[in-house]
This record gives sequence, C-alpha cells and structure tokens, in this order.
Amino acid sequence: MIAELGLALLWMAAALAALQLIAGVLALRPQGAQLAGIIRPVAVMQGVLVLVSFMALIDLFLTTDLSVKLVAENSHSAKPFIFKLAGTWGNHEGSMLLWVTIMSVAGGFVALIEKRLREDTLIATLAGQAFVSLGFYAFLLLASNPFARLAEPPADGNGLNPLLQDIGLAFHPPTLYVGYVGLSIAFSFAIGALVTRDVGPAFARAMRPWVLGAWVFLTLGITAGSYWAYYTLGWGGWWFWDPVENASLMPWLAATALLHSVSVLASRNALRAWTVMLGVVAFSMSMVGTFLVRSGILTSVHAFAVDPTRGGFILALLAIYIGGALLLFGLRASTVTEGARFSFVSREAALVFNNVMLCGVLGIVLLGTLYPLLTEAFGVKVSVGPPYFNPVSAIFVLPMLAVLMVGPLLRWRQDKAGRVSAPVAVCALLAVLVFAGVEAFAKGIGILPALGIGIAAGLGVASWLPLRGRNLARTPLPIWGMVIAHFGVAVALFGMASESAFSTERLAAMNPGDSQQVGPYTVTLTGMAPVAGPNWTALEATVEARYGGAAPMILHPQARTFASPPGNRTESALKTRWNGQLYAVLGEEGEDGRWQMRFWWKPFVPMIWYGGALIALGGLLALLGRVAADVRRLIATDKIAYRRHRQGR
Amino acid sequence: MAEKDGLMNQTVTPPPAPKPRKPGLALWLPLILFGGFLALVVYGLVRPADREVVSAFIDKPLPAFDLPPASADRPGLSTAEFKAGKKPRLLNVFASWCVPCAVESPQLAQLAQLGVEIDGVAIRDRKDDLARFLATNGNPFVRIGKDDVSQVQLAIGSSGVPETFVVDAKGVIRYQHIGAIQPQDVPLILQKLAEAAS
Amino acid sequence: MRRPIQIVPQIVVQIVAALLFAVALPFAQSAQAQDSLPPAPYAYKQLADPQQEAKAQALMETLRCLKCQSQSIADSDAPMAGDMRHQVRMRIAAGEDPEAIRGWLIERYGDYVSYTPQVKPITWPLFGAPVVFLALAALLLRGRFRKGDRA
Repeated sequence: MIAELGLALLWMAAALAALQLIAGVLALRPQGAQLAGIIRPVAVMQGVLVLVSFMALIDLFLTTDLSVKLVAENSHSAKPFIFKLAGTWGNHEGSMLLWVTIMSVAGGFVALIEKRLREDTLIATLAGQAFVSLGFYAFLLLASNPFARLAEPPADGNGLNPLLQDIGLAFHPPTLYVGYVGLSIAFSFAIGALVTRDVGPAFARAMRPWVLGAWVFLTLGITAGSYWAYYTLGWGGWWFWDPVENASLMPWLAATALLHSVSVLASRNALRAWTVMLGVVAFSMSMVGTFLVRSGILTSVHAFAVDPTRGGFILALLAIYIGGALLLFGLRASTVTEGARFSFVSREAALVFNNVMLCGVLGIVLLGTLYPLLTEAFGVKVSVGPPYFNPVSAIFVLPMLAVLMVGPLLRWRQDKAGRVSAPVAVCALLAVLVFAGVEAFAKGIGILPALGIGIAAGLGVASWLPLRGRNLARTPLPIWGMVIAHFGVAVALFGMASESAFSTERLAAMNPGDSQQVGPYTVTLTGMAPVAGPNWTALEATVEARYGGAAPMILHPQARTFASPPGNRTESALKTRWNGQLYAVLGEEGEDGRWQMRFWWKPFVPMIWYGGALIALGGLLALLGRVAADVRRLIATDKIAYRRHRQGR
Repeated sequence: MAEKDGLMNQTVTPPPAPKPRKPGLALWLPLILFGGFLALVVYGLVRPADREVVSAFIDKPLPAFDLPPASADRPGLSTAEFKAGKKPRLLNVFASWCVPCAVESPQLAQLAQLGVEIDGVAIRDRKDDLARFLATNGNPFVRIGKDDVSQVQLAIGSSGVPETFVVDAKGVIRYQHIGAIQPQDVPLILQKLAEAAS
Repeated sequence: MRRPIQIVPQIVVQIVAALLFAVALPFAQSAQAQDSLPPAPYAYKQLADPQQEAKAQALMETLRCLKCQSQSIADSDAPMAGDMRHQVRMRIAAGEDPEAIRGWLIERYGDYVSYTPQVKPITWPLFGAPVVFLALAALLLRGRFRKGDRA
C-alpha cells in the first residue's frame, strides 16, 4: 500500500512539474499572464508530494517491506537502523529519488520565499526548474522505478555489502547529492535570467544562498569522502586523482568560481554573462560527473556494476539541458552587457583572476580525466595520474593562492596598490622565508611541497588581515565566513604539503615482541589475538608506539573476514596527535610466521580535513549571514505592507 | 585529429566573456566544445569496451629467462629452447589457482594432439597444487617453468592468467591470446601458428 | 571474467565510488581463487638504503597496477602489484635508473602502465592545454582591464 502511494505521489508530482513548465512558458507571454498566479502554489505542492513519496520509500526500508524489489535487493531485516535508513539512498533508484526530492523541495522553497526577483524572471526560473525535474521524473518512472513490487517476496533481503556498512555511507552520498542538486537551482536561476534578460544584482542575491549552500555541502562531502578513503584503503593515500574523485571535484571547482563571481555581481553589478555561464557550467559538471560514474565509460571505474542504458539516459538528459542552456546562452548572452567596469587593482580584478584560475584547474581536471577516453578513440591506451595532475594544477593554484593573500584587502572598483602593500609585503616575506627555510633544512622534499608550505604560511596570516581595524563584534558574518574559509585553505594546503613532504613509511615482517622505528616513534608488536564483530571475525594486532619516555599509544589494526557476502578487509588503526597521525595496518602472515605490518607517520596530515571543515564552516557562516539579512528584509517589507493594509491604502 | 584534440583542450574553460557590441563566435564556443564532449562520450558508450591490456611486446624476441621446473615430470623452461626449435611453439601463462585456466585445458589438449608444442609458465604456484591441477585437467605441456615473482609475465607484457603467446622458431613473439582459449579460438591459434611458421 | 579478480582492490574501488556517489553495487563478491604463495621478497619489504627506497617508492607511485585498473602499484594488495614492486625494487637496488625501469615496462605494456603521461604526439594536447588555458586567461584579463582603466 505504501509503495503504491509513493508511486502515485511521484506520478502526481511529475504531472505537476509538467503543469509548472507549461504554465510557466505560457505565463511569460502577454496572453497567458493570468496563469502566473498558479505557478508558485504548483511548485510548492510538487515539492510536498515528492517529499512524501521519498518518506514512503524510507518507511519501506525501515519496515523492510520485502515485497518491494528495491528493498529486497538492498536491505535486510537484521540490519542496524542507521544502515536501513542509509540503504534508502545506497542504490541507484533510491538515490535518483533523493535527487528529485531535493530538487523539487528546493524549487518549492524558491517559490515560497523568493520575493526580490522580478516576477517574470522567477516564473522563468521555476519553469526551468520544472523542465529539469521532468527529465529526472521520466528517468525514475520509466527506467528506474523505486517502488516496483516483487510477485513473490523473498524470505529476507540480500543485505547491504558489509564493507559499505560504514557510517560514511549514511552521510557522504546524500551530502554530495544535496550539493549537486543545489547547483541545479543555480542553473535554473541562470536560465530564468537569460530568458527574461534580467541578469543583475537582484538575480545574484537570489541565487547566492543556493550556491553557498550547495558549495558547503560539496565541500563537506569531498572532505569526508577523502578521509573515508584514507582510513579505508590502508595505504595511507588520501587523494588519487581517480576519475570518480575527479567527478566530484569538478562541480566543486565550478561552484567555487561561481560563488565568487556571484558576489561580484551582487555587490558590483559586474561579470554578468560570466556568472550566468558559470551557473550553467557548475550544474553541467554535476551531471557530467554523475554520467561518468554511472555509465562506467572510464576504465578506472569499470569494476562496479555499471549500466550503459542508464548512462545513456543520463547522457540524453545532459545533452538536452546543458546543450539547451548553452544554445540559449549563445542566443542571449550578447544582449547581456558585462556591467560595471573596474580597474586592474581592485577587489573585482582579484576575484576575476581567481575565477579564471579555478576554471583553468577545472579544465585541466576535465581534460586529464577524459584524455584516456580520447586517446582510446585513436587506439592508444594512456594513463593520466598524479604526476600530471599535481604539477599542472599547481600552475594555476599557486598563483591563485598568492593573489588570495591580497584580494580580500582590496577595495571594490578601484584601489591603490600602495594602500595594502605593507601588510601584504609582510605576508609575502613570511611565505618566502618559510619556503627558503624548508628548502634549506629539509633536503630533497621537492619544490612543490616546499612552495605549498611557504604559501600556506603566508596565506595563514594574510587570511586574517581583512579583520584588521574592524570591531570584531560588529563584523558581519559573511566577512567572518570569508576569513575562516580562506584560513581553511591555508590549513588544508599545509596538511597536503606536509603529508607529501614529510611522511615516513615502514614496512616490516614482525614477530610479537619485535620493534621498528617509524618517524619519531618506536613501534612494538606486543600481541596478536582473534576478535569477533557482529558480522565479521578478525585478527587483531596490538601495537605499542613510544616516543621518548611518554606513555605508549596503543593501536589495534585488524584484518577482518566477512562471511556473507564473503570478503576480506584490512582495518587500519590511526592515532592522532597534535603534530600528525600514526597509521598502522596489519597485513598477511608470512611463511615464517612473521606478520606483515605497515606503518606511516604522517606529520600534520589531519590538517587536510580540518582545513576542509573550516572551509565549509566559513561557507556556512556566510550563508547564515546572508539568510539572516534576507529574513530581516522580508520581515521589514511585510511590516510595511501590513501597516499600509491597516491604514486602508 | 589535431583539430579534435584542440577542441578537447578547452572543453570547460568558458570563452572570454562577451564584450559589448562585439559578441561574435566566442559565445558559441561553449556549445561547440560541449558538442565535442558529447561526440566523444557517445563514441565511448557505443564502442565495444576493450579493457584488456594488450602486450606491446609482439614481434619482439623473447627476453632471456631461465626458469626452474615447476613439476616433477617436466623440465624447466628457458629462452634457449625457443630459439633451438624448428617450428613455432605456444607459450601458455597459467596457474593452478586460476579458474579459466582449467576451462581452456581441453583446447590445449586438442592443440597438443594436433602436434603443437606447448610450454607453460606456472605463475605463483605450489608444486603440489600444480600436480593436482595437471592430474585433473591433463598435462599438454612439454616444459613447465616455475615463475614465483611473475618475472617472465612482466618481461613479455602479460597482465593476467591465462594468456597464450605464439613464439616462432627464432624465438620472436608473434601473437598474444588474452584469456582462456575457447573451442572456437582453436582455428585462430592454428592459423597464427601457421603464419609464424612461414 | 577471465581473470581471478582479487577481492580487495575491487572493493576499494567500490567503496570510493559508493562514498562519492550512491551507486548500486553488486553483492556477491564471488570468492575467487587466490594464489597461496607468499608475496615476492620485495613486495612488502623496503630496500635497506633509504635513498634507493625513496627512489623506488617515487617510481612505484607512478606505475599503474595492471589488474586493479585504478590504483598505482604502491597502493595495491594485488599479488601482481606485489610482483611489480619486487621487480622495481630489485632493479633500483641493482642501480638501474627509475626512468629506465619505466621505459622497460612501457616497452611491454604500452603507455598505459605509466601514470606519468609520456610526451608524444598523442599527448601533446594534454601538455599544451595549460599553455592554451593561460593564454586564454591572459587574453581575457587583458581585454577587461584595458577597458577598465579607461573607464
């Protein structure tokens, strides 16, 4: 019953989306103006229906209704609650429903609260949103129905791969999804503004919270995903430039650029066409990423279940929406003037530079990811990996970070370099000194890590300079957000450079009682014992790590064996100290009875993820600041309207 | 090709933003690049996926190696044997722990019956496991070399088991068959052997 | 499925994929046969000379594991990756130049085995791209600021 209800609601929501699109298109013509009134309620209703439909699916998973095909294939009655919940979106159909749900609920919110935008632009935006949603409704209802029933329910479900029963699965996919779909709102705003040729500050202010929100979620999703990979893979790596990772990085890069250009448009009415373009590009990258991963078109991700048919469907949607948007851009952008001008030394100029460099990195990542596909068309197999991505993206990233030290200190429109030269010179000098020091005292670590540490030091100080001379209590939240996010960049950069420069590795075959030196620590294998978990058994090593005379740290790396479905997994053990992380992995038993152990000492490596969290926190503060200001404005407008009403005008 | 590559280069960098009164081609550039992207991925989707890593060592002489015997009743394997022969031989890279290797054993037996000389390289294998495997699936091999660190496999560009190489009388690798030899592959192998003999 | 795919790297790819995208995953990790031989001597053993080991490590991070498709041989538990690490460490210990070892592998497996793209006509666009992007950026910025100064 619940499943049928969910499906019916989904169909009704799809019908409403169609109505929203048709009414929107008609309402933009003079003869259809009377239809304008129904669009907002329809958008809200659509969001509500889809949300209830998604809740129906959650209910089916929580009650483990095995007559539903999706539940039977992906869940199990004995699974813990959190994994039953996560199982809702831990599969193709459920994740597509989540996608549509977030999209429609966000559209409903736009319809409900957006009051600044010109009415026709808002109608065009909601029509655009409905158009995009319709494609995904079609995908869900025609090719991936999550509510399909089984004729004969099985005794119990297949269960979720135990290896994925990690708290990460409950958290990361939806986080990234919210980010992806948030960018679809930015996309719809861009389309709406192009249709009505209304690209201006009001449009930018309406779009900004959505971009900020999406960006915060993308940042969190990528940061947490990187940490999960780091502790799960068991070889100490945290970023591999794997196509799947790149697919998540590309929307983030585009969203970062968009975030900054939308600020310029909101504050200074400049960069109009560029911002619209980035709005289209950011959502394109979300869809391109989804397509690359699900179609299995790239060699590196072919190992998991891929479905070329579904890939084809996503590609068709991609062609329609992105092709259509770029067509519209080509037709309309010439009528969108670039807006206010600015000089070489100005906040805008720094932001434009940052935008261009981010797009450069985006171009490199996209090209490098697709390049093997391109050469394969000519019959040549190549691999593009870290040795390409690291230095080539640094060509763009390092200058960008250098400008980032100065940018936030500059005034809008026009400034004098001399006004900010003193503090910037101090930071630049600090960067150079740290770089020189690292190069002098740590030989053979390579130029890139040394540059990274130098710039991180300079930026770490420079990022706080915008607060100089301000009353901290009265500093607006968005300024705090910017400062903290930029400081987060410095922190993350320092972690990355330090990990790459100073990590030490120790591989050893050990008997209980044996000791090894890894970095500053003496590690001793003190014992080996079997342990059992809910659905696995494991061998667990006990490792003592001593530094000087201090009390030893105890680590418990495990080698786990799962019975159903069968599989092995190493469970690495990590100990975090203020100055780094000790990482231990238990390998196999050798012929001679000794155990293969792997150890890493990674100085300051957690900074990578602390930095990511700070960046997200900065975005969150900026978002809160913007939303609070919007709410205040809304209340004020409503009060005026109410007073007028009372006065009978 | 150069033109297509040139397009791919710029797939995502949005064009210089339009200057007033001078829109021009730049505005259409994103759409053109996107078209290039679509063409590429559509091609990638429809083209049959080729995930095998093909050896780049075809038509090159077999590198020097000298493997100890892997089983009690067959001698070991060295490059010299391939150069001393009068006709092309098959070099079969296999292992007792590999399931498809058992699948192809009837075909290897058939080839051996037809007079083809087959040498084996047992990858990362134990003597007793191998003996059991040969007892179960037959032993079509003239010699079997024991390769515990995949050195011969690496030296000839083989990336898995089973793989079968046609080596001519001069010791030059002429053909690589990736995966188990299925019944329908036997004529092809024979043809490649004949080509290597001429 | 001609090759016994070892379980760990495949799972690793799935986990990364699943954490980034909620993908549908195959359930049955079929219990594929595994060789029972211990790893090659230098698969999990470092070279005694730290300088040589650093060289070997740097090289291994840029060589592709041929069985796992998306990992370097330095990040993989696949037996063949272990054998490749053994090969690399032995050759480094024998005094061979890292790039010569890369060349040796490319001669056998093609450019696919190297995560460092080789400069060849087919990869010129890859290496030309940053230059093109920078030129485009310079063009864009220049046009903008000239106008800006006049305004």
